[in-house]
Amino acid sequence: MTGNGSWLIRGVTIPGRDEKATSILIAGGSVTAIGPDLDHPGAKTLDAGGLIALPGLVDLHTHLREPGREDAETVETGTAAAALGGYTAVHAMANTDPVADTAGVVEQVWRLGRTAGHCDVQPVGAVTLGLNGARLAELGTMADSAARVRVFSDDGRCVSDPLLMRRALEYVKAFDGVIAQHAQDPRLTEGAQLNEGEMSARLGLAGWPAVAEEAIIARDCLLAAHVGSALHVCHVSTAGSAEIIRWAKSKGWPVTAEVTPHHLLLTDELAAGYDPVFKVNPPLRTEADVAELRRALADGTIDCVATDHAPHPVEAKESEWAEAAFGMTGLETALRVVQRAMVETGLLDWAGVADRMSVRPARIGRLTAHGHPLTPGAPGHLTLYDPAAPAEAVTPAGASKSRNTPFAGMELPGRVVATFLRGVPAVLDGKLA
Amino acid sequence: MNRHLISAADLSRDDAVLILDTSDELARLADRPIKKLPTLRGRTVVNLFFEDSTRTRISFEAAAKRLSADVINFSAKGSSVAKGESLKDTALTLEAMGADAVIIRHGASGAAHRLAGWVRGSVLNAGDGTHEHPTQALLDAFTIRRRLRGTGAAGARGAGLDGLRVTIVGDVLHSRVARSNVLLLSTLGAEVTLAAPPTLLPLAVGSWPCAVSYDLDSELSKSDVVMMLRVQQERMSAAYFPSVREYSRRYGLDAARMARLPGHAIVMHPGPMNRGVEIAAEVADSVRSTIVEQVANGVTTRMAVLYLLLGGTEFPATGEAR
Amino acid sequence: MHALHPARNQAAGVDGAAGGGPARPDPPDPKTAVPKTVLEPAEIGRALTRIAHEILERTDGAADVLLLGIPTRGVPLSRRLAERIERVEGRPVPHGSLDITMYRDDLRLRPARALGRTEVPPEGIDGAVVVIVDDVLYSGRTVRAALDALNDLGRPRAVQLAVLIDRGHRELPVRPDYVGKNLPTSKQEVVRVLLTEVDSQDAVIIGRAATTEQRSGT
Repeated sequence: MTGNGSWLIRGVTIPGRDEKATSILIAGGSVTAIGPDLDHPGAKTLDAGGLIALPGLVDLHTHLREPGREDAETVETGTAAAALGGYTAVHAMANTDPVADTAGVVEQVWRLGRTAGHCDVQPVGAVTLGLNGARLAELGTMADSAARVRVFSDDGRCVSDPLLMRRALEYVKAFDGVIAQHAQDPRLTEGAQLNEGEMSARLGLAGWPAVAEEAIIARDCLLAAHVGSALHVCHVSTAGSAEIIRWAKSKGWPVTAEVTPHHLLLTDELAAGYDPVFKVNPPLRTEADVAELRRALADGTIDCVATDHAPHPVEAKESEWAEAAFGMTGLETALRVVQRAMVETGLLDWAGVADRMSVRPARIGRLTAHGHPLTPGAPGHLTLYDPAAPAEAVTPAGASKSRNTPFAGMELPGRVVATFLRGVPAVLDGKLA
Repeated sequence: MNRHLISAADLSRDDAVLILDTSDELARLADRPIKKLPTLRGRTVVNLFFEDSTRTRISFEAAAKRLSADVINFSAKGSSVAKGESLKDTALTLEAMGADAVIIRHGASGAAHRLAGWVRGSVLNAGDGTHEHPTQALLDAFTIRRRLRGTGAAGARGAGLDGLRVTIVGDVLHSRVARSNVLLLSTLGAEVTLAAPPTLLPLAVGSWPCAVSYDLDSELSKSDVVMMLRVQQERMSAAYFPSVREYSRRYGLDAARMARLPGHAIVMHPGPMNRGVEIAAEVADSVRSTIVEQVANGVTTRMAVLYLLLGGTEFPATGEAR
Repeated sequence: MHALHPARNQAAGVDGAAGGGPARPDPPDPKTAVPKTVLEPAEIGRALTRIAHEILERTDGAADVLLLGIPTRGVPLSRRLAERIERVEGRPVPHGSLDITMYRDDLRLRPARALGRTEVPPEGIDGAVVVIVDDVLYSGRTVRAALDALNDLGRPRAVQLAVLIDRGHRELPVRPDYVGKNLPTSKQEVVRVLLTEVDSQDAVIIGRAATTEQRSGT
C-alpha cells in the first residue's frame, strides 16, 4: 500500500476535549477530522493508545548557533533536536556570527530551516546593530524580508539604554512587531557568575543579584505602557520579576513573558561542585523563586515556556567556572521537565501545557500557522506524547551537537513519541522520521 | 578514595585539632641539627601555581622537602598555560607524571574542585579565587593556639580555640582567607566577628557562623585576636569605599586602636601587608604582631597537612570522595 | 597436644638473658581465648628492678646513660627505670621520649597517626649511651624506626634496647639487651601491657586478636 500521505492516529486523547480516547485524521497537511472510529482508505495508521496529542510545540527562544558557531550546533542538528522534543516551530535567536541584524542573515537562517525540514525556523532579528546596544538595526527591512521577522531581541545582551529601548518599542508598532528583552542591568552584573545569595557567598563567586533583572523589567513594562507597544520578557528567573509582570498585566499593559524549563526545576545549590553545566544566564536561583515561577506559569502571569536552548562545545563547559560559557541545552527535555515541574505537581493540566507551550508562544511570535488547538481544519502540526512512559535517566547524548544538559542523570517522566509538521511525520516512535 | 583538602569545611573539629597537635610536634624539628624526616620519601608533590605567590609556594616547598618528598614546581608564567593550555590538560600532564599530591593556587574559585575530578592524587587548595585557603586558616589557628593557649604537652595538646574571640577586619567579600578562617575558627570553638563596611561583606553573611559589625572600635576591647585582611586599592574604583583615607580612618588598625586591645591580645595578618592602609607600621612591628611567626608556622602546619594527607590513609575523617 | 597454660610453664625459669631466636608458636587453644594476665604488678616491678641493675652493671654505673622511652608506654617505663637507677646510684639519670611515627615503614598501610611527644634533654644525644625503652618487642620494626630517628638527632656512643616483654616473631635482625620477660606467643594472640600512668593499673595481658590490625603489631 503506497498510501496517499494521510495519517490516522488512533486511540489518542486530546487534552481539553473530553478525556476519552479518539482518532485524528491528517490529510493534505491539515487535521481533517477528529472522532471515534474514523476510517480513511489509504491512510497510514498510528496506534496511539495511552498517548496524548498536543498542538505542535512552539519555542520562542532557541539558539541554533548557525551562522558562526557550527561547532556547537547547526540549524540541521538544532531543529532535529527540536523535533525530537515535540517542537514544530522554533524562534532562532539573533546572537549568531555574523549577528542576525540584516535581511541577508535572517533569510539565510530561514532557508536553512526550510532545507533541514525538521521543524519551522522563525528567525529573530537583533534590536541593535551587532548587539552593541548603540544603534537600531534595520528592523523594518527584516520584517519585510522572506523571513518575515516579527520578534526582535538582543538576547545574550540587554538593551540597557532606556532611550534606545523606548525607540525600539515604538518603531515595531508599524509592523506588529514585539521586542523581547533579555533583562540584565550590565552595571549591576559585571563579572557575575551565579545568583547572588548564600551559595555565591560560600563558593566565592561574584553574585548576579535578582534586582538587576527586576529593575529592567519594571522599567520596560512602564515604557511599553507609555508608548503602547508589545514587550516580551525573556527567561524570567526571579519571584520578584513574576510579581512585577503580574502587576503590569493587572494594568492591562501589553506585556508577555516566558520561563525556561530549567528555571522551573533547578536551583543554585547545584553549583556546589563548581560544575559549569549549571552555569546559565540568568542564573539558577532559589527554591522560593522556583515556587513562584511555577505559580506564575500556572496562573498565566508567565505566558509560556521557552527553552533558551544554548548549546556549547565540550571545552567551553569543562574549565573552571569563571572561564566557562553560560547556557544549557533544553529542546529535547523540555516537555519532560514541564511534566515533572508542573503536571506532576498538579499546577497545570495537559490542556494548560498545550496552551503554554504551543498556543500562546505562537501568538506572541505572531506565527499564524502554529499554535492552533487541534480541531478539524487546523494545520497538521501536532505532537504525540506518552505521559506514562517510565521515568528514565536523561543521557547527554541526543540529536543536538552539544552535551551541556543540566538534567544528565536525572530521571524524568514521559516520552515524545511522534511529531508531525504540516501533516508529515518529522519524528516517529521517538526517532527522526 | 581520594583525600583532599579543598575547603576548611572538609575538616571536623577532631581533624583540625589533630593537625594542630601534629604541627606542635613538628615545630620542634626546628631545634634539631637535621630538620628533615623521611616520612614522604619517594612521594612526588607538585606545586601548581597559576597565581604569582612566591611566599606561599616556598612555604609548601619547604614543608614537602622537610618530609623528604620530591617537589616539582610549576608556575603559570611562561608555561604552556600562558599559551592557552586548559586547566584540564595541565592536570592530565601532571597525572601522567605521577603526582601523589598537587598543591594548587589559581585565580578562579572552584579550580581546586575541578582539579580533584581530573587527578588521582591528593589535591591541596593553596587558594582558589575568592573561595578558600584552608592551610592559611590552619596556620592562623595554630598561631593563635600557640600564643594564647601555650605549646607542648603542658599547654595546648588536644585543645581547640574555645572561648577565644577573634575579630577579622577588612575586605571579607573578596577574601578566601576570611572564608576559610570563619569556617575553621568556629569549628574549633572560637567566636568570630567580622568587622567591615557593608559593601565589603557578602549579602548572605548572616548565614555564616559568625557575628558581623560595621564598627571596629566597638569590637577592640572584646577581642583576643584581631586579624587584618589586605585591602586592595582597586576596590576604590569599583565604589566599594570612597577613598583609602576614609577606609583607613574607619577600619585601619593604628597604634591608638592597638592600645585599646586587651593586654594579651595579638594582631595577625596573612600578608602581604599594605602598611599604612589596613595596618600601621608600628602595629605590624609591635610585639603583639604574629606576622613573622605566621610564616614559620605556615611551614609547620603545611608539613602536618601533607603528612596527614599522604602519610597513610583515610584523612580527613569527614572528607567526601570527590 | 600442648599444656593449657604454656606461657606460665615457661615463665618460672626464664631470666632476662637475650632471647632473640624465634619462639615456638603455640596454636591458639579455643579454650584459652579468654584474655589472661601473665604478669601481676609485683612481677612487673621486680622485672624493672632487675633491668635497672643490669643497666648499671653493663654501663659502668650508668655514666653516660640516657633513657628514651617510645610513646606511649615506653615513656613511663623509662621513667620508672630512671627512678630505680637513681635510688641505687644517688644521682638523677636523664630520661625522655622518642616518637618514631614519622619513621615507620608501614605508613602507607594505615591511617596517618597522631604524633607522640619527642623530648630529648637539651644537651642532646651525642656521645651518650642511649637505652631505647619500649613495652613490647615483636617484629622489631619499631626499633629500626627508633634507630633512624636517633640518627637524625645526633650520634650516640652506643644504643641499647630494654623491653618489658619480648614476644618473639622478629622480622628484622634486632635483639634486646634487657628483657623483663620472654613471652612466646602465636601471631593470633595480642599482648597488652597496662601501666598505672596510662591505664590506671599494672598488668601484662595476653588474649586473642580480634582484627587483622591487632595481629600485625610492632
